Amino acid sequence: MSTELAIETTGLVKVFGDNRAVDGIDLAVPTGTVYGVLGPNGAGKTTAVRMLATLLRPDGGSARIFGKDVVKDADAVRSRVSLTGQYASVDEDLTGAENLVLLGRLLGHAKPAARDRAEQLLDGFGLSEAAGKQVKNYSGGMRRRIDIAASILNTPDVLFLDEPTTGLDPRSRNQVWDIVRAVVAHGTTVLLTTQYLDEADQLASRIAVIDQGKVIAEGTKGELKASVGAGTVHLRLRDADQRAEAQQVLALALNADVQLDADPVALTARVDGQSTEQGAAEQAGRALAELARCGITVDNFSLGQPSLDEVFLALTDKKGVAA
Amino acid sequence: MSTATAKTEPEDVQLAAPDQERLSALLVGQERPPRPSALSASMAFGWRAMLKIKHVPEQLFDVTAFPIMLVLMYTYLFGGALAGSTEEYIQFLLPGIMVMSVVMITMYSGIAVNTDIAKGVFDRFRTLPIWRPAPMVGYLLGDVLRYLLAAVVMLGVGMIIGFRPEGGVLGVLAGIALLIVFSFAFSWIWTMFGLLLRSEKSVMGVSMMVIFPLTFLSNVFVDPKTMPGWLQAFVNNSPVTHLATAVRELIAGNWPAADILWTLGWSGVLMAVFGAVTMRLYNRK
Repeated sequence: MSTELAIETTGLVKVFGDNRAVDGIDLAVPTGTVYGVLGPNGAGKTTAVRMLATLLRPDGGSARIFGKDVVKDADAVRSRVSLTGQYASVDEDLTGAENLVLLGRLLGHAKPAARDRAEQLLDGFGLSEAAGKQVKNYSGGMRRRIDIAASILNTPDVLFLDEPTTGLDPRSRNQVWDIVRAVVAHGTTVLLTTQYLDEADQLASRIAVIDQGKVIAEGTKGELKASVGAGTVHLRLRDADQRAEAQQVLALALNADVQLDADPVALTARVDGQSTEQGAAEQAGRALAELARCGITVDNFSLGQPSLDEVFLALTDKKGVAA
Repeated sequence: MSTATAKTEPEDVQLAAPDQERLSALLVGQERPPRPSALSASMAFGWRAMLKIKHVPEQLFDVTAFPIMLVLMYTYLFGGALAGSTEEYIQFLLPGIMVMSVVMITMYSGIAVNTDIAKGVFDRFRTLPIWRPAPMVGYLLGDVLRYLLAAVVMLGVGMIIGFRPEGGVLGVLAGIALLIVFSFAFSWIWTMFGLLLRSEKSVMGVSMMVIFPLTFLSNVFVDPKTMPGWLQAFVNNSPVTHLATAVRELIAGNWPAADILWTLGWSGVLMAVFGAVTMRLYNRK
């Protein structure tokens, strides 16, 4: 059957003192896909991943990787998974090449084979020139690469990437994305945690949104976006005194909640492009025209994808969307 | 999606983009070797410890300069008062101070474990399908080399200022071997604290609390006969006293069977108890 689940959790729980860091998470990740786990800092993403990678013992529920329990069959799980953590999981005192040779040997390669493999990986990841430098002297992007290279030393069946691009510049981020795509193209299942909707959008086929240790929404990208609305309108008015009026006009024209931003001349509203005949842009355009008719001067206008903040606000408002 | 945004700007040419084709080639058709034996996994971690010494040679300061300082300090400070002359005293002191220094140096194992945990590399090791104690054994294998270095340095300094080992090469080798066996076993106390305590500072603090009384309340500096009875009871049964006596006698060319047995017994107990606790903490962490 091709529907074998690579990762499956039921009611997974981890408690630290009074804090239920992971509070009953159910996940089902089909083999060969990229599954995005999206959530803010402290949502429980890392804790969940650490349990799946056998680093933490669950306090409740169960988790299986290809049917093997992460507690009872930890060794079988370890032979099939790799983890790239938020912090470089390589030895900073060692050089890039030494790190890879060490891991190669720990994975059972003889020393010459480990050396060959390290050389190939460094080459493939564009790190040949940095091979002899200590990892502590690497840039953020280079660290992330050596870290991922270490994770695919033996191509894993499941790769956990815990916020792989947090803190990277846009170019390094794109390069990490390319690497992830190459890994997935070879059949590895990837579980990716991220704070960026954009990243989940680029890479993942299904996404679970977690907040406070619970899955608050799960589905394909399309389902998730539809549940949040097509886009967000940001407006800046010339005159702060007109904001209250603008809020009313917009709420009527867009049939949506309009939030007042911290900036006294700015407003934000969600546009729900799916529920009416008109597209999001058309709706926004009509709203602008309406504002102009009421004599409200708009200095700046933008229509963008919902940000993660907005996805959260929307999801926590509605509670439990597409299952 | 293409990486059209990834145009190379002059300032970061040093980092080439990863090559897609070569990347793909890396991922296919590799067979997975069988998991390594307990020994080869431990040796790989031992190799890591050597590499760390190679990259950060300053860390050898505590096994070179510190022991030299101890030998010189105690010999000239106490020699005249305790034994009449420094030449007399060094004959008694050197094996003991060697034991004391090496046992003290073992506490750096705990600090190394603790700093490693704070970094991500520990997570990597713990997700590998290897013999669980291998990373710990690897640390201690690296440390054994440090202990050996410290012992040799102290012996060298001792001989320069007048120490003469009556037991010859064989006696010295036997003495140092026993010292290293005990230190390896003793180190498991520190790996335990390294895993148990939260910061490097607290590991250091606890280590001092244990190591100072244990090493000073022994027969390293003086014969326990002049001590009050209750203290003698402690000192005569301390593992450090047994070890110091055994090493001293071995180097002097004797065969202190009882003290050797006591030392090996203590080593076995320490390793069984603290090794087990260390591994339990390691698996639970």
